[in-house]
Formats: sequence, structure tokens, C-alpha cells
Amino acid sequence: MIVFKNVSKRYPDGYVALNNVDLTVPAGEMVFLTGHSGAGKSTLLKLIAALERPTSGTISISGQNIAQLKPAAIPYLRRKIGFVFQDHKLLFDRNAFENVLLPLQIGNFDSKTVASRVRAALDKVGLLKKEKAMPVALSGGERQRLCIARAVVHRPSILIADEPTGNLDVEYARDIMTMFTSFNQVGVTVLIATHDASLLEDTQHRILSLKQGKLAA
Amino acid sequence: MMRAWLTQHAFVFFHTLKRLIATPVTSLLSITVMGIALSLPTGIYVLMENLQSLSGQAASTPQMSLFLQQDAQQNDFNRVKQRLQEESRIVSFQFISKEVALKQLQQDSGLADVMAGLTRNPLPDAFIVHLEHNSSDALEQLRAEMQSWPEVAHVQFDSEWIERLNALLQLGRAVILMLATLLSVAIIAIMFNTIRLQILTKRDEIEISKLIGATDSFIHRPFLYFGTIQGLAGGIAAWLIVALFISALNEELGVLAGLYEVDIHLQHLSLQDSLSLQLFSAWLGWLGARISVANHLWQIEPR
Repeated sequence: MIVFKNVSKRYPDGYVALNNVDLTVPAGEMVFLTGHSGAGKSTLLKLIAALERPTSGTISISGQNIAQLKPAAIPYLRRKIGFVFQDHKLLFDRNAFENVLLPLQIGNFDSKTVASRVRAALDKVGLLKKEKAMPVALSGGERQRLCIARAVVHRPSILIADEPTGNLDVEYARDIMTMFTSFNQVGVTVLIATHDASLLEDTQHRILSLKQGKLAA
Repeated sequence: MMRAWLTQHAFVFFHTLKRLIATPVTSLLSITVMGIALSLPTGIYVLMENLQSLSGQAASTPQMSLFLQQDAQQNDFNRVKQRLQEESRIVSFQFISKEVALKQLQQDSGLADVMAGLTRNPLPDAFIVHLEHNSSDALEQLRAEMQSWPEVAHVQFDSEWIERLNALLQLGRAVILMLATLLSVAIIAIMFNTIRLQILTKRDEIEISKLIGATDSFIHRPFLYFGTIQGLAGGIAAWLIVALFISALNEELGVLAGLYEVDIHLQHLSLQDSLSLQLFSAWLGWLGARISVANHLWQIEPR
């Protein structure tokens, strides 16, 4: 469960990205976060992974207040979360397999199971046949899917995606939304930030809209 | 968990080796620079160890030779002998007659042909005197005293050169210490810079690893391995450079020793010293990497 209480985030230059946000996302829910660029979507997601610290308020994830987390504890928080980045953040000197392997190396997973786990994740996003491919050789949609595979390979309880369908055409975007739905169906809490209205048309999931740092109903 | 940890270290180790091999010219150059830097103090140390063992072969207690006058008679000999027996600072002494001395000279050195041509024995009778350890002033005083005896032509301080050598070796040790300190600092600086450049080129990897939950030690590890492995390789390079010099010098020494009909050759570092050299240089590499990592990694925070 993710709980925000009176969370504000003001950047050193005075810009207020979030203003007194209250928010509760129960475990296992799938939630969309919309709003114009600059409305604070990315900031909100980054606060959850402790990539940013709130100026005030408390954020708790499964009962743990992450606003007061010691720096040494932050890596362990991030391992519970799968993050799909807007700009993918893939390593271009490693092939698809090795990119997906990274979270397992970081998390000290048992070496006997890692290869099968990586392949399972690649299979879920339809990239099993491209495990040896370098990211440069992949299309935009494939890179996005590779990023998703890396985000789920260590079976996080929370999956966060920042504009996952950013530059993709409708067909690809729908594929990717189906993937997120299937992760949610096995119990993963999913948060997706998007400004793509077409994704939200026929969804039954909750939609939160951010406007100038405040949550609208 | 333990196995996962070991696997992780093995992975980083081989990954680091691969990285070193992937840039062979750069790696070889850095290793050579470290090797040369380390080979300087190591080489001097090796030379000194050899000199030390040479002086160790010679008498370890102070020793003087008393040469009697050429025309010394039996009663001259007796008087000197009695005075020597009375002198408390003398531990022991032995008499070498001129005949024995000549025979020894013929056997020991390659001058047998020259000796055979002599019509008479040019050598004097002599006493070899072993003394108590004492300050060089006290020994000098005793030498002067014995020199003043009328039967004695000349007193020679045989072990004087050992003392001079020891003083020189002492100086050498100080030089080594200074050189080693300076060059160690240089090696740490080289490693610091190498790792700094690597951190810059691996910025993305570091940032992404932090984003997905890498601890600091996970991120430090490849750089520390790199520093340690390169330091070790530098130590091995230094050992090889010194070995090369020794074998070249030994060839020259062989010619020289052949002329003097003696057996002199230089020894490389002992096994223990060799291991110490490797450990020390690996530590230097690690230290340079550690300082660099501590100085640069905190600057890379994901946002």
C-alpha cells in the first residue's frame, strides 16, 4: 500500500511540483496518473522510489515511512519497486539479456535461477528471441518492452511506469497496456503516469489527475 | 546467499579482466608505468640485499692484521705474541707465517703463475687478530697502539670496509624508503585518475544501477577490483623488469668474476619479498581506486 499525507515538493529554485497531496493506493490496485507535462506526475513517481525527497509530509510504502529513510536503506526500498523510465535508461554496452540481468545481480539472486528468470521476463514482453541483441539494434517499442522486462524480472510488488507509451504508435501502446494489466492481475500494484488520453478511454481502473501540483477529483 | 555473493564477486572479477583485455594498449601502458615506478626501489633493494649478503660472508667481528717487519726474528715474534696475550680487548689471534701466506695466495687467487716466477718470498709474517666489538674510536686507538710496537711494520684494519659498507647500506635504505614513498604516492595518483576517467565513462551504468537499488558497495566493487588487479599486474611487471636487469647484470658480472676467478652473481628477491611486493602493489592500486571512488561516486545521483 502506498500512502501520501500532505506531501509537498518544492525545488530549490522555488518551483512547487506537488502541493499538499493526499493519496492512497491499496496493494494490488492499478492506477493511472494524468495531467499536463509539468503537473507533477514524474515528481510523484520519483518520490515513491526515493529518487526525490519530499519537502514536507509523509510517504509510506507498506507501512514504512520513506521520507525518513536513511540513505543506506534506500537501495532496499528500490528493489521492491520496478521502474519503467520514460527514457528507458538501458545500458547500451550490454545485450538484452544482460540488461535484464542487472536487477538480479544487484539483488544478489541465486545464480542457478537467474538465467531462467531473465528468460521468463523476456518471454513476457515478447523479446525472448532477441536476448543477444544490443539495445541499438532494437526498435523504440522493443526498447520500451526491454525496459519493462528489466522492471519486472526481480518480481517487485510495485510497478511504476512514467509515460510508458510516450512515442509509440497505438498498436504498440495497446500491447504494452495489456502487459501492465497482466502484471496487475498477478497482484502487482501498478502506477502509470501518462498524458495519452486514448489509453484511458476504456479503462476500468482509477484515474488520478494532477493539476499544478494538486490532485483533482 | 553466500553463493550468490561469491558468484557476484567472480562475475566482477572476470568482467574486470575482460575490460582490461578489451583495451590492451591502455592497460599495458598503465601496467608498464606502474611496473617501472615500482622496479626502481625494488631494483635498489635487490642490489643492497646482494651487497648485504656479500658483507655477511666476510668476518662479522672486527679483525686486524699485524704485519711484522720483514727481518723479524723468533724473539720479535715471541714478544708480540706475549703482548697480544696480555691485551684484554683481543678475543683470539692466529699466526700466519710468510710461507703459509704464500701458499694460501697461490691457492686462492689466480696468480699462481706470477708467484712461481718470484725468486724470494715478498710476504711478511703476520698475526690475524680478532677483537671485541667496540666503537670505531676504541678500535682505532688499539690499532695505533699496536702500530707503535717496534716489531710491527703495519697494522691493517681488515673489517673497516664492512663498516663503511654498512654505513652505505644504511644510506641506501633511507634512499629506498624515500623513493618508495614518492613512487607509491605517484602510483596512487595514477590509479586515482584512471578510475576517475572510468567513472566518467560509466556514469550511465552507475546511475541506472543506483536507480534500481544497487548499494554503494555493489557500485564500488568493479572499480576496486580494477585498481587491485591493475596494481597486482604492476607489481608483477616490476618483478619481471628487475629479473631482466639481474640476468643482464649477471652476464656482465660473470665476465668480471671470471677475470678475478671468483664466483659472484646477483640473486633476485626472495619468495617472501616477491609476495610482499605483489601484495603491496595490489594494495596501492586498491587504495588509489578507493580514494577515487570515494571522491567521485557521490556526485552521481540519479534524478
